[in-house]
Amino acid sequence: MIAVAVTSTWYLVLAAVLFGIGLAGVMIRRNPLIMFMCIELMLNAVNLSFVTLANHLGDIGGQTTVLFVMVVAAAEVVVGLGIIVAILRRRPGATADDLSELKG
Amino acid sequence: MLDLVWLIPALPLAGFLLILLTGRRLGDPRAGYLATTMCAGAFVVTAGVFLKLMSLPAEERHHVRRLFSWMPVGSLHIDLSFLADPLSITMCLFVTGIGTLIHLYAVGYMHGDARYSKFFLYLNLFALSMLLLVLGENLVVTFLGWEGVGACSYFLISFWHERESAATAGKKAFVTNRVGDWGFIVAMFFAFQATGTLSYRGLAEAAPHLAPATAAAIAGFAFVGACGKSAQLPLYLWLPDAMEGPTPVSALIHAATMVTAGVFLMTRMSPVLHAAAHFGLFGGHVSVSTVVAVVGAVTALFAATVAVAQNDIKKVLAYSTVSQLGYMFLAVGSGAYVAAIFHMVTHAFFKALLFLGAGSVIHGMHHEQDMRKMGALRLLMPVTAGTFIVGWLAIAGVPPFAGFWSKDEILLFAWDKSPVLYVIGLVTALLTAYYMTRQVIMVFFGEARWHDAHAEHGAHGDAHRPHESPWIMVGPLVALAGLSIVGGFIQLPFSASVKRLEHWLAPVVEGSEHRLRGNVDDLKYVFMAIAVVVAVAGIVAAYLVYAKRRVEPVEPAILANGWYYDQAVSDFMGGPGREAFEGVAWADANVLDGAVRGSGAVVRAGAGELRKVQTGNMRTYAAAVGAGVVALLAWFVLRGVL
Amino acid sequence: MTPTADVFVGPPIQWSSLSPMLILLGVAVVLLVAAALTPRWPRRTYALVAVGGALAAVVVAVCLWHGRGLSAWSGSADPTTGSSDPVRFLVGGAMRFDAFALWLTVIVGLAVALSVLVTDDYLEREGLSRLAPEIYALYLTAGLGAVVMGMANDLIVLFLGLEILSLSLYVLAASHRRRTQSQESALKYFILGGVASAVFLYGVALIYGASGSTNYTRALAAFVQNISPHRSEAMALAGVGLLLVGLGFKAAAVPFHMWAPDVYQGAPTPVTGFMASAAKAGAFAAMLRVLVVALPTWSADYRPIVWVMAVLTLVVGSVMAVAQTNVKRMLAFSSISHAGFLLVGVEAAIHDTTHAHPGDGVPSTMLYLLLYAVLVIGTFAVVTLVGRTGDGATDLAGFRGLARQRPVLAVAMTVLLVAQAGVPLTSGFVAKFGVITAAVGEHSYALAIIAMVAAVIAAYLYLRIMISMWVAEPDAADAGREPVGTPLLTSIVIAIAVAVTVVVGVAPGWLISLAQHVR
Repeated sequence: MIAVAVTSTWYLVLAAVLFGIGLAGVMIRRNPLIMFMCIELMLNAVNLSFVTLANHLGDIGGQTTVLFVMVVAAAEVVVGLGIIVAILRRRPGATADDLSELKG
Repeated sequence: MLDLVWLIPALPLAGFLLILLTGRRLGDPRAGYLATTMCAGAFVVTAGVFLKLMSLPAEERHHVRRLFSWMPVGSLHIDLSFLADPLSITMCLFVTGIGTLIHLYAVGYMHGDARYSKFFLYLNLFALSMLLLVLGENLVVTFLGWEGVGACSYFLISFWHERESAATAGKKAFVTNRVGDWGFIVAMFFAFQATGTLSYRGLAEAAPHLAPATAAAIAGFAFVGACGKSAQLPLYLWLPDAMEGPTPVSALIHAATMVTAGVFLMTRMSPVLHAAAHFGLFGGHVSVSTVVAVVGAVTALFAATVAVAQNDIKKVLAYSTVSQLGYMFLAVGSGAYVAAIFHMVTHAFFKALLFLGAGSVIHGMHHEQDMRKMGALRLLMPVTAGTFIVGWLAIAGVPPFAGFWSKDEILLFAWDKSPVLYVIGLVTALLTAYYMTRQVIMVFFGEARWHDAHAEHGAHGDAHRPHESPWIMVGPLVALAGLSIVGGFIQLPFSASVKRLEHWLAPVVEGSEHRLRGNVDDLKYVFMAIAVVVAVAGIVAAYLVYAKRRVEPVEPAILANGWYYDQAVSDFMGGPGREAFEGVAWADANVLDGAVRGSGAVVRAGAGELRKVQTGNMRTYAAAVGAGVVALLAWFVLRGVL
Repeated sequence: MTPTADVFVGPPIQWSSLSPMLILLGVAVVLLVAAALTPRWPRRTYALVAVGGALAAVVVAVCLWHGRGLSAWSGSADPTTGSSDPVRFLVGGAMRFDAFALWLTVIVGLAVALSVLVTDDYLEREGLSRLAPEIYALYLTAGLGAVVMGMANDLIVLFLGLEILSLSLYVLAASHRRRTQSQESALKYFILGGVASAVFLYGVALIYGASGSTNYTRALAAFVQNISPHRSEAMALAGVGLLLVGLGFKAAAVPFHMWAPDVYQGAPTPVTGFMASAAKAGAFAAMLRVLVVALPTWSADYRPIVWVMAVLTLVVGSVMAVAQTNVKRMLAFSSISHAGFLLVGVEAAIHDTTHAHPGDGVPSTMLYLLLYAVLVIGTFAVVTLVGRTGDGATDLAGFRGLARQRPVLAVAMTVLLVAQAGVPLTSGFVAKFGVITAAVGEHSYALAIIAMVAAVIAAYLYLRIMISMWVAEPDAADAGREPVGTPLLTSIVIAIAVAVTVVVGVAPGWLISLAQHVR
């Protein structure tokens, strides 16, 4: 059995990959709800970075930051879902591509 | 008395405010008289300041009246302050003097217009802005007036905005002027950066210590500004179109005052221009002054050739104005600031006269502007015709009328700068005499062609007969005609004692004024004779072409010499010459206008393409953000690696 | 160090210095509670309470401004900004309290007060009065967020301020329930804003990783001492880049501007005015703080980026505006072009970080924000009125013949547009002159010249609106339109905006001198 030391760099790379997936998801997916979930994924990727860096630096600050971010993310869910529900109630099944009345 | 200099712009401001508040109630014609009174009051104050300045010794003729500190920004302190010195007061005298006459004229000309009081509102606002421009003690106050006159010009050109062409012309003037304004602002920033001040006195003191390249940059950008305002190549385009405005506006703004602001600015900046003389482009041979002189000369010639092919009575005068402004820049570029101001003053007299005369004709002809439908009007409009003829002689350069003296002086300095410039100036003088004679003949002499034009009105044809204008319009014509006759006597070339304008302006331009080489000064009578010959040649040529052609069939063939000459000139003018002139006119209408419209179109097309990027789809926008992230990180990676 | 784990000793909190924010928050809470628990208040009462709260915050800020230098101050000259005005750190160093923060508070407080006044008439016209207390509470919390952004001395506090502002604005943008455009703009703003926030937060994480702290002061100290150079440099630079993206997005700088025209057009018009004033002020204040105070060690790296963003923003904003036909959209692009001018000031401010004697970058930018806030709220107030019931008639055609129908309103709009174009004797000229002077003072000639060219291009767009008002005749299609109303509160706002524009334009000296304290 080969022992591989899982350093903090691994976590940082994982966080970067998750962040990239989230960003790509916003660009690619059409469903507003999925786009929103991708943003949540990005935020959580950042949270992972914070925890890793806090651990690496031996500093508690990064971990408390994560708590703040989670609160903010929760607030975003409330607002975001409110807006999305309001739109979907009026136009069931609307995708991001359908909502392009404002342009130019 | 000198401290009262603030009253000069304050009176038109009062007029503006009064008409703004009560204009509609005052109505026609009281609003006009109110505006005229305010302008006349400004003239009286100016005259008082002028007399006071005259009584002071030359070196004390510089008075600054500071009203309040306007903008203290770090080391930059800009005051709202006025400068009373020979240059500003000279400008004020003719701005308010001619302004008053034109206000008075407009009382009659605009009679019955639906927006009568608004017209005078703008006219007083214009007078205010123009006076700020010339009286400002620093570049910022001048710029304030500069923008103000531009805005008024725009409002007044499109005054009859129901006409599509008037609205378009207004827009064109606005856009072209913005290009010039940009040059002005850049010059201002360079000047501040280099000298730490924007006051004229400070600039004059700092100018000799400036690096030549810096001075050249300041002067060059100021010249871009001047080109826009004073309608020089390649920015002259808006001026001919500006003729869409009411004729008093053409006379006041687009002939006598606003368009000379560029010449004024260059004269104010003359110390900087002088300091820039040691910096040359193209291996040091072409200084900014040379560029100014060449642009002026080329514009003068170009516009004169175009004027020859025009049929609209005001268009001829418009191109003529462009051409005469070219003379002034030729003078500035040759270091002849006194001559430039001299020509500015005489030009203001006779060009205002010509425009007002044209306005009188248009008024009498019931808004007909085509000269081919005029003719023989001297019988029906004797005063207009008589005064117009005075203006014609003045612009054509016939002694002893005003234009002769000022043009002669410019040509003298042009010769000293370069014989090529002199020849261009001389050819322009020939053409000027030619096209103005053509205009006078077509409008006032020959047979009456307006019967045909109005024949279809049948029974009440008599009501459509051209008629002389009322006294309130004719009066200013007579006054201006008088000035056009004697205006040249403020500066006569014969001896030092009669060069009054030169003595008067000496404190302002002394350091930068070019001194004629001795032998050139000795030749001045020769040049004078040449100028007279050229003017007469132009007049005679036009007379032969446009007056004699009608009697051509009954002329006996025996008087061949004159006749063959007539034929040759006619052939040339009707054939290749005319084509060439019309070609120039065509190029003006298509190539140069096209360039302006083209750059507008490029902006629009670019915007049109960019709009397609703005799809309205938020996924595209997210992609743009993502691309921005990638680009930023790529930049840092490159920086980190390299 | 606390001796035992079960005793938590919080940082000392200077309540008096925080009072402007507390007032904004308190009034917002009062409004929300009142809306939920009490019967409807009489007409206009909610608005007056909200305006009173905002103005109280302004008054307190002004009093604190005058109290600077008195006994309450413990700090001395700030080494990071070189300002002689004292700075004080609050809440354990998480916030900084100085002239800059107070200036921003005044901008935001005024923006909230003026926007609420316009909104009150708007809601009545649109039949949405029922929403009034919630909407005013959201204005107040958004204002709170903007102030926090400018006062933050810690990237996490900045992030919280950013989110308080953004979340309030998302809801405000969606607040016109019957307009689909309003909903669409809210969703776009929300999704894209969410992405930008996440990017920003990632930047915070990387700065934290590189410096060991999210606090401006400690991060700066770490960078200056250059701890563990190799790895942290790449991380710090990436962090700086991501922070710039996040802030650039809020500031609507090109290429992160694309949301702005759609959102400005779709949002209820008074909200648009608020976004262009308070939100922009918060974003630029935060940008100045982060770049000048926290990250000056990297200024050589990010200065070219700000330069490029400034140029792109100026050019794209001005050029795109020319091709529009909807006035709200035109003004959105005009606001982007103004953001370009603000970036010119920011670029000058970044230069300042390398000198011993700072130039005018920060004060000129903050002065611009103040003057532009008043200007743009006034402009959008006119657009609100012209939009008529339904908030739909905001295309150029809606302005046709306004001069004939409502001459005074047309004159006011003309003054405001002329000021936006930067014509002398208006506040717009003072603002533009300030940032360009600052740029020239730092030898950014190219940028100054490009800015002036952009101003020339942009002038055309204001001219088009003016022509529609003054020259164009209303055609047959306009005959059926309802007349433009001029309700009292909105008229007051427009009058205030015009008065400020003209007074500051004619006599700007005192305001410029005051702004010199803002460092």
